[in-house]
Amino acid sequence: MSRFGFSRGPVDLAACRAQLADPAAGAYASFEGWVRNHNEGRDGVLRLEYEGYEQLGVKEGERIIAEALDRFDISSAHCIHRLGELEIGALAVWVGVSAAHRDAAFAACRYIIDEVKHRVPIWKKEHYADGNSGWVNCEACAAHATEAKGSHHA
Amino acid sequence: MFQIRVEYFAILREHVGCTHESLSTSAATVADLYAELDRRHVFPALGRLKVAVNDEFCDWSTPLRDGDSVVFIPPVAGG
Repeated sequence: MSRFGFSRGPVDLAACRAQLADPAAGAYASFEGWVRNHNEGRDGVLRLEYEGYEQLGVKEGERIIAEALDRFDISSAHCIHRLGELEIGALAVWVGVSAAHRDAAFAACRYIIDEVKHRVPIWKKEHYADGNSGWVNCEACAAHATEAKGSHHA
Repeated sequence: MFQIRVEYFAILREHVGCTHESLSTSAATVADLYAELDRRHVFPALGRLKVAVNDEFCDWSTPLRDGDSVVFIPPVAGG
């Protein structure tokens, strides 16, 4: 079964955790990303909307999990990312890792969430209390690139 | 000329006003295709975009073939 997935509904954390069970594992580390009400100094975030390029996203997510299993001495690892509209406080992403010992479990968990944030094609739109909205990492970037008349690619 | 499909996500989807389009092009590479579509849609400047052909990341110099599916990937923000 796939170790990286997208979900359009609430995530069953008990079921997620159970998938990692292993008699040889003495440690389980997890990370939950939650929707917060502010970002980059801006208050009044009311809700978020996540959009994913799912066909490529699941491939890249699986590659990240495979890399973690390669780099760290862990038993198993899974990650689920929510898509669609999410309210403040909702779970946006979950990473879980089981391992014989805690050091590897913590390190792998950190590796997976960092890589997912940088590499998996997921976009986040913030909706603000003042009625505005914006795509995170795109709007500021767009303004800056326009000023600089930068090219669209490296 | 050959047929390709372009899929749009997030800020580009909203800008173009559709999730995908099919078109005939003679663009040799994905960079050429981007330039051609930029003339038509005047994409917002987004800094460094990535690009995928047939659901895999690829270089901007990747040649296009008939039937390819192309996605321009704005800066991501998962988590």
